[in-house]
Amino acid sequence: MPDRIAEEAERPRESAGLYLKQLGNIIYEQLMNREFPWIMMQSRSTDNIIYDPDLRQYVLGGRTIRRHSRNIGQIRPFTQLVWTAWFGRELLRQRRTSTLREVYYSARGQRDIEFKNQSESDNIITDLETALNMAREDFNIFPEERSAIFGDLTIEYTVPGYEGRRMNLTEHPDGVMIGPALTSSEFVETTADKVLVIEKGAMFTRLVEERAHERFNAILIHTAGQSPRSTRSIIHRLNRDNGLPVWIFTDGDPWGVHIAMVIISGSANAAHLRGLATPEGRWLGVWATDIVDYKLPTENLTDHDTKRLKELREDPRYREELWQREIETFLKIGKKAELEAFSRYGLTYIVDEYLPAKLEGA
Amino acid sequence: MTELEYQSISPSDFFYRNREIAGFSNPSRAIYAAVRELLENSLDACEARRVTPDIYLRIREIAASDEGTSIYELRIEDNGVGVPSEHIPSCFGQVFYGSKYTLKQSRGTFGLGGTITILYGQITTHKPVRVVSSTGDDIHEYEMMIDIEHNRPLVIKYWVRPNKDRWRGTAVELQLEGDYSRSMYRIYEYLKQTAMVNPYADIAFVDPRGRLYRFEKATDQMPQPPEPVKPHPQGIDVETLRRLTSITKARSMKTFMMEHFQGVGETTASRFLEEAGVSPSVDPRALSPDDIVRIVRRTKEFKGFIRPESSCLSPLGEELLEAGIRKELNLSEGGFLKVIQRKPSTYLGFPFIVEAAIAHDRSIASQMKGGIKIYRYANRIPLLFDESSGVVWKVVNKNINWSTYKVSGDTPLVVVVHLCSTKIPYKTVGKEYIADQPEVEREITNALRVVARSLRLYIARSIRMAREKRRLNIFEKYLPKIAEFSMKLSDRDEQPDVEPLLQVVSASLPEVEKKISEVPQIAGQDS
Repeated sequence: MPDRIAEEAERPRESAGLYLKQLGNIIYEQLMNREFPWIMMQSRSTDNIIYDPDLRQYVLGGRTIRRHSRNIGQIRPFTQLVWTAWFGRELLRQRRTSTLREVYYSARGQRDIEFKNQSESDNIITDLETALNMAREDFNIFPEERSAIFGDLTIEYTVPGYEGRRMNLTEHPDGVMIGPALTSSEFVETTADKVLVIEKGAMFTRLVEERAHERFNAILIHTAGQSPRSTRSIIHRLNRDNGLPVWIFTDGDPWGVHIAMVIISGSANAAHLRGLATPEGRWLGVWATDIVDYKLPTENLTDHDTKRLKELREDPRYREELWQREIETFLKIGKKAELEAFSRYGLTYIVDEYLPAKLEGA
Repeated sequence: MTELEYQSISPSDFFYRNREIAGFSNPSRAIYAAVRELLENSLDACEARRVTPDIYLRIREIAASDEGTSIYELRIEDNGVGVPSEHIPSCFGQVFYGSKYTLKQSRGTFGLGGTITILYGQITTHKPVRVVSSTGDDIHEYEMMIDIEHNRPLVIKYWVRPNKDRWRGTAVELQLEGDYSRSMYRIYEYLKQTAMVNPYADIAFVDPRGRLYRFEKATDQMPQPPEPVKPHPQGIDVETLRRLTSITKARSMKTFMMEHFQGVGETTASRFLEEAGVSPSVDPRALSPDDIVRIVRRTKEFKGFIRPESSCLSPLGEELLEAGIRKELNLSEGGFLKVIQRKPSTYLGFPFIVEAAIAHDRSIASQMKGGIKIYRYANRIPLLFDESSGVVWKVVNKNINWSTYKVSGDTPLVVVVHLCSTKIPYKTVGKEYIADQPEVEREITNALRVVARSLRLYIARSIRMAREKRRLNIFEKYLPKIAEFSMKLSDRDEQPDVEPLLQVVSASLPEVEKKISEVPQIAGQDS
C-alpha cells in the first residue's frame, strides 16, 4: 500500500501539465452546468496529519475536505487556487521556472487575486500540491536557492538550452547551487559511496578544502539551515536511486537535531508529499554525548532551547532510542555546541579525527 | 440712617428691571428671544384662524455700535387672525394683556412675549414700534411706545387704510439692540426646530447678511386645536381657588365643585366634600382661608376624581410629526423614522401627552458627528438651552440602555420628544428645560423604548442586509475570475456565464435591500 502511494506521488513531471489541465476541465464543466465549482482534497489540518511508522514520515490521514466556491469564506482561496494552477501550467508550457516569491509577486498584477502576503500564496500552492498530489517543483515552482552540493556526481541537464549537457559536481570548488536546473537533472554516474549532509556553510567549505569528498569518498551537501525541499528531494534520490547511505552532521542543539530529523522523516508541512524523506538517513552528530566525550566548548541551553527539546521528546518521530538518549543528555547537561566547536583542537581536527571516528562507529 | 422709600411698580417696570426672566439677559440672547416671542405669537395667531401659517421674518442691521452689538430692525409678518383695531394698543403696549388666559395648551406662557420684546426694543433704542393688522376689513397701522411707569400704550400715530387685497394678519416692526453674529446659529437652529413641529407652516427668514432661509411646509394638514376646559380639581392652587370662590355664582359648595371643575358630578362632589370636612351646603364665599388651604390639600389626596381631560391638549399627531421630522432632517426613503404618540397621562392634576420619535439615517450622519442628537419640544416650542439639565437628556443618557437596541456610540441618531401639557413642569423660571417629574419621565422613557424596539429591528435588518450585500459583492468579484482562469487552464475559448450563479446568491437578499442601494446619497443641509 505505501508503495502504491509513493509511486502515485512521483508521477512523471511531464504529466503535471495534464493534471493541471484536468483540474481546469473539472471546474469549467461545473460552471457550464451552472454549479458552483468545488474540488476535494485531503485535509491538512493537524488532526489529519499522522505519523506513519512504516514510511517513517508524516502522512495525511483519510479525512478529505471540500473547497467550495459557494462558501463565502472559500471562494477567494478557491479563485487563487485556479489562478495558481493556470500560472503553473503556463510555467510548464513556456518551460520556465519560478519561485514562491515570484508567484506571490505575479499575483499582484492580477486584480482581485492578489495575495495578502507570501504565506498566503505559499499556502495556496500547498493546497494545489495536495489537490493534485504533486509537488510544486513538478509545475516548476521552486524555493529560493541557498543550499549547495559538491562531489563526484555527473549530472545531465534537462532545462531548456542545456538539454543533454553534462557536468561533474566537483567542477566548481564552491559547490553547485541546488536550483531548479540541478533538481530537474538526471543523475548519470557517481563513484561516491556515501552522502555527507552538513548544516553549515563554513563547515561545508572546510570539508571541500580538506578534500573530504575524496578522503571519505562522499558527495557533500550543504543545507544552509533547515533544508529546502529540493535539497531533501536530491538527498532522497541519491539514497533511493543511487543506493548511497546518508550521514547527517548538524550543530549540537535542538535546532540542529531537528534539521537532521526533517531530512530523515519529513515535516508535518509536507505530509501530503512523498519523495522528500530519507528514512535510511542517519544523524551522526554533534550529539550531546559528543559534547561530553570530546569536551567541546559549550554554551548554556536557553529556556527556548529547553522548551523545544521537551517538545521533541514527545514527537512521534523521536521515539527511537538514539534520539531519546541524546535529548535526555542535552537536558541533563544543559549545554549545546556548534560544529565549529571542534576548532579548539585545530582547524582540521573535525576532518582528521571526528568524522572518521563517527563514520567508523556508524 | 436714610429713610427707605416704598413704591409700587407696574408690571412693565417689573419686567424692565427683570428682563433676564424673559430671556433678554444679554444682546445675543435678546435678539434670539425677540425672534422667538414674535414668531410664536404669529404661529398662534395663524392657528387661531385655522390657516396654515405663512410667516416672513426679516432682520436688518441699522447701525453698528460698540463691542460687537448693533441696532437691528426686526420685522415679522403673518397671515393670522389679526388683532381688532381697538385692542392693538393694549395688546402690544401693555404687559399682561392678551388672549391667553384660559386653560388650554398654548405656546406663550406669560402672555407678554410680544410686549416684552417691544419693551426691550424701546429701552435699548428708544424707537417706537409699528404694528399693522387687519382682521379682514380695513388695515390699521399704529406707531406707538410703552409708558413703562404706568404700564400703558402711548400711540404716536394711527392710520386706517383700505384693504383692497382682503389681507388678513399682523405685521410688527421694531428696533432693538442685539448681537446677531453670536446668536446666528441659535436663531437658525430655532427656526429649523420650529419648522420641524410646524410642518404645515411656511417660514421665510432674511438675515442681516441678506441670506434667505426658507422652511417650506410639507403638508396642509393642521393638528386639532385644543379646547378650553375647566380645571381639574387636583391642578388647582390656593390663589386660584380663592379667586373662584369670590367670583362664583354658585351658592353651595356642592354646586361650586360641579360647576367649576372638570369631571366632578354630584356623587364625586358629595364624597369629596365629606372627606374634606366641608359641608356641601356652605356658601363658597363664606369659606375661611384655612378652609381653602385644606380643600386644596385634600384634592391632592382624594382618590375619587377621574383623570384630567386631555381635549385641552393639542399634540401634533404621529403623521404631522413624522412629516416635519422627515422634511427638516432630509431623511431618505430607506432611512429609519418611527413616531409614537402616547395616551394622555397626568401629573399633579395636569394632563399631558408625550410624543416621541427616533430617526436614523445616512442623511443624519452627514449632518452630525455620530451619537445622539436630541430635539426637545414643550407645547410645540423648541427648547434649545440647558439640554443636559432636562428630563429628556436624563432619559436618553441614563434610563435607556441603547446597546439593547443595537445602537453603538457612533450610530447617528436623532431623538425627538414633544411634551404637551396645560402646565409644562419647567424646572426654572427661564423655561428652558423640563423637570424630571416622575410621571413625565416615565412616559418619555416608555415612549422612547417603544420606538427604540422598532429601531432595533431596523438596525438588525440593516446589518444583515449589509452583510448579504457584501457576500454578493464577493461572488461578483470572484466567480468571473474562476470562469476566466478555468477556461484558460482547460484550453477552452468560451468563458462560462456566471450570471445564473450570481442570481442564486442575490435571490437570498431581501427585496428592501435593493431599494436602499438605489437611493442616492443625500448631501447634508447647508447652514
